[in-house]
Amino acid sequence: MTKEKQSFEDDLKRLQKIVEELSSGKLTLQEALKKYEEGIKLSKECSQALEEAQQKVEILIKKDGKSSTDSFIDEDTGEDK
Amino acid sequence: MKAQLEGKHIYTVTQITREIKAIFESTFGLGVWIEGEISDFKIYPSGHAYFSLKDSESLLNAVMFARVNSQVRFKIENGLKVVCFGKIDVYGPRGQHQLIVERIEPKGVGARQLAFEQLKLKLAKEGLFDSKHKKELPLMPFRVGIVTSRAGAAIRDILGILKKGAPCVNVLLRSARVQGEGAAIEIAQGIEDLNQFKNIDLIIVSRGGGSTEDLWAFNEEIVARTVYNSKIPIISAVGHQINTSLCDLVADLFVETPTAAAKIIVDKKIELLGILESLKHEMGFSVTAKISLIKNNLTRLTHSLKSPLDRLQEKQQLLDELRINMNNNIKHFLNINRERARSLIQRLEALSPLAVLSRGYSLSMNLSDGIVIREAKKLKPKDRVKTILNKGAFISRVEEIITDETNV
Repeated sequence: MTKEKQSFEDDLKRLQKIVEELSSGKLTLQEALKKYEEGIKLSKECSQALEEAQQKVEILIKKDGKSSTDSFIDEDTGEDK
Repeated sequence: MKAQLEGKHIYTVTQITREIKAIFESTFGLGVWIEGEISDFKIYPSGHAYFSLKDSESLLNAVMFARVNSQVRFKIENGLKVVCFGKIDVYGPRGQHQLIVERIEPKGVGARQLAFEQLKLKLAKEGLFDSKHKKELPLMPFRVGIVTSRAGAAIRDILGILKKGAPCVNVLLRSARVQGEGAAIEIAQGIEDLNQFKNIDLIIVSRGGGSTEDLWAFNEEIVARTVYNSKIPIISAVGHQINTSLCDLVADLFVETPTAAAKIIVDKKIELLGILESLKHEMGFSVTAKISLIKNNLTRLTHSLKSPLDRLQEKQQLLDELRINMNNNIKHFLNINRERARSLIQRLEALSPLAVLSRGYSLSMNLSDGIVIREAKKLKPKDRVKTILNKGAFISRVEEIITDETNV
């Protein structure tokens, strides 16, 4: 599942907010633990999105004014990316 | 024959050569512009270049000395049409007229260069290069569109670096010719096509290495305007070190090579992973600190909190102490007063008339009235007297009165 750029940025912003709230010390223990859990989940999701290793390479084809994508084959190596 | 030679000035070869040289100088002055095709181009170790300029009918030898040659910013090849400026000279030893080249330009560049400068000025005035129009690159582009030739080195370089350093990035290639006739239109169309895809985060416009000639498509107005109008941020990796193209100037960011563009993306990924790691640690520290704080508070409160049992025992202990104290005090009080009482009693006993009696003294009283007799003259003979001794008493009758005698 590819993370969208927008939701990645939102998650990161939310994560930074959580870290701020936690370090302020103004939360109760229960609130802190809850936010910590949420923060860890977000950080895991973001890291996973970045460490995704399935590079997809496509080429844009236009036929009769209609666009479609196709898998791109490197002509030099003949390798199907 | 001899008659024809008389009266005519006879030149030496050197003299005539000198004359010819002078005629050239006065006719052509400091220099002329000549256009032609390069042939027989050779550079010697000295750095001097020798070639010929030719057209369909004629040939002119030319020499470009090292000083001038080193300034030339394009590749001189046989067959290239050029325009040269230089002096027409005669090389005496070989009796050859030649062009000593001071300046050389590829043909047509003059006009084109001028047009380029004018276009650049016009676009600058319109604000196409303004930094406030430039968009921020996304925090992390997960989907990148690339406009370049599918057969070129640029796409291979970019894909290689992304595959190794940031395989989380998906790529959509929109192939376009990057040089030659019509390339500019293809490039512009490519950028527009990619703009149709809502999920593309970043576009890279790129070409592999090449000369100034080759990048001309990226200096065309249609490319510059399309880059400006792009809703998606664009990195231009076109210019290499030679020239900054208009595409570079309008783009949101420009770099020298396709590799550099790909590296920007990889660096973003690495930086973000680092940030996520440190955020994770920060959260951990905060929570651990909070738990420690609460634990300390709890311990502190627990210690200062006494159980009811403790309080009871405390009170009982206090009670015992008070009881002991009280007992001691009472004992002490009694002791003191006993002592006082004893001493008072002793004094009292000492003062008691009865104590006097124990020392042998007696107490006498007139039996008739009971009054204690202290003076003898208060008695008359035959009076009856009661005398109290320490132990017992007796009654006696007075026989004789003795007065005023201190000693008997």
